[in-house]
Amino acid sequence: MSNLSKGSTAPGTSLGRLARSPETGSFIGMIAVYVFFAALGGAVFRGGPGFSSFLNMASEVGIIALPVGLLMIAGELDISVGSVVPASSLTVAIISGHYGAPDIVGILCGLGVGILVGYVNGLLVTRTAIPSLIITIGTMFGVMGLTLGLTILIAGSTGVFIVPGPVTTALLGQSIGGMFQVTIFWWVAFIAVIYYVLHVSPKGNWIFAIGGDRESARNAGIPTQRLTIQLYMLSGFAAAFVGVSQVVAFKSAQVAAGQSFIFNSIMCVVMGGVLLTGGRGSVIGIVFGTLTFAIVNQGIFFTSFTPDVGSIIIGALLLGAVLMNDTFRQMALSYSTKKK
Amino acid sequence: MAVPVLELRNVNKSFGPIEVLNDISLKVNAGEVLCLLGDNGAGKSTLIKTLAGVHKPTSGEIFMDGEKVIFERPKDAADRGIATVHQFGGTFPLMSIGRSFFVGVEPTKRIGPFTIFDRKTANATAVKAVQEFGITRIDDGDRLIGGLSGGERQSLAIARAVHFGARVLILDEPTAALGVKQASHVLRIVNEAKKRGLAVIFITHQVMHALAVGDHFAVLIRGKLAANFMKGEKSREEITDLMAGGEDMAELEAQIGGGSEELHSPAHVRASDAE
Repeated sequence: MSNLSKGSTAPGTSLGRLARSPETGSFIGMIAVYVFFAALGGAVFRGGPGFSSFLNMASEVGIIALPVGLLMIAGELDISVGSVVPASSLTVAIISGHYGAPDIVGILCGLGVGILVGYVNGLLVTRTAIPSLIITIGTMFGVMGLTLGLTILIAGSTGVFIVPGPVTTALLGQSIGGMFQVTIFWWVAFIAVIYYVLHVSPKGNWIFAIGGDRESARNAGIPTQRLTIQLYMLSGFAAAFVGVSQVVAFKSAQVAAGQSFIFNSIMCVVMGGVLLTGGRGSVIGIVFGTLTFAIVNQGIFFTSFTPDVGSIIIGALLLGAVLMNDTFRQMALSYSTKKK
Repeated sequence: MAVPVLELRNVNKSFGPIEVLNDISLKVNAGEVLCLLGDNGAGKSTLIKTLAGVHKPTSGEIFMDGEKVIFERPKDAADRGIATVHQFGGTFPLMSIGRSFFVGVEPTKRIGPFTIFDRKTANATAVKAVQEFGITRIDDGDRLIGGLSGGERQSLAIARAVHFGARVLILDEPTAALGVKQASHVLRIVNEAKKRGLAVIFITHQVMHALAVGDHFAVLIRGKLAANFMKGEKSREEITDLMAGGEDMAELEAQIGGGSEELHSPAHVRASDAE
């Protein structure tokens, strides 16, 4: 909201506005975590290697976390991203690697797989009364099984190799300075687009309204079903995009990859201050949450702790984030009443 | 006599074998408050949902300005200027006043190729609309709906409906969850809406609130229109008796053994009836 609130005529003080923004809590969390690992991780963590390691990780989770966050603000979950990542990777590897078609064909098909899975998710969620958690777990297993079965049927193994062309590599799999993956730039592009959708365009208002009360939103004339399907297609597309960039970077695709994205994306979103039941959240918050997650996840390797400690910290952070977000939300709600 | 803004003629509604509304005929004129009274389960909710286009009547007709209308979906009714405000007013507690005021009809401006939600205009319009109804405490369009009091939320919802050109305002128990002072705020706003020439349908089971603003009263009992009368034609006691299903309140009170002076709400009577 920062660039919008500049033109504000609202008499609310900056403290009130701060408490009202869902990203305040996640920003504090991110700074705390960075200071902690900067102190313990030493100069290496504070330098290029540290930055690149957590930015690389953040960019991959972050691309998926953004649309998953939009869905969560709209009151829905998407578990299927975990199987869309390997499904799109293998689609690219099979079409452009195994069959040797041009890279662009494989990439478009890979992205198409994600959009298709998202469309099916959206259709099932809007046409049935089954909770989206169950539906997307179902489609996740379905897609996982199909990916495994078809890969073995076509390629005869669970891993497929690909030699991407120079343009493809430059766009999707390049490392800058040998450290910073090009996906970081794609993440920034995703942030810009999703920020526009949620906070600048009028559609963002619809997403908040759907998450607040679907029935009232529908009565207000918002095409809730179409919007929900579009949001699922967006998250399918984002997951497929990560799958495509992984296969280009690693030059191979594995059936088993991608499961970690399910919980990681949800954790980034929740740490970013998005209300699990919908209706509240911000893109900047999700970005902070993603960075927090990535800093802990990678920072732990720069310290003398065993990596297991990292999981404990992430678990504690998640609980802390939810508690803190609740507090900030209460402040946001009660702030105005105090003013009377 | 003026053509009623909204008129129901012999409307029936049944869900499968269950008949919920039975031969309802009602009229409401511009600048008039119709109070729809009835006990829980009398069919008030079904009736207003039929008016708002959520349900289609099984038989019977709805007229607006003397012209027959058929509402296929809530939007059809909304386009015709029928606005429903529910018990808790704003239904998006975590949205700001400005944002929730314009849900579905966001004001936008264009910057280059981008369509932008015009937050400044939205906030200013929302605050102005609600202040015109006398709620001057709302001055910041960025405040969250959840931070408003129940009466303020109702007022905001009514102001919103009026702003978007509502001609028929359906208020579904707006005072049920409110304290005495808050309720009187809302009743004042109902009067203000009436003065502006809206046709108001006010659903309540609080006879006092109905008498304070109503011009015309209709009592529903088990889906049937039990009474339909104008202001001053019946006393408070008579209305309460009617709402309790035609039984004598005094007799009921004697049965309970309370016999207190204070007015019992029908809900109490029902609860003790079941014992």
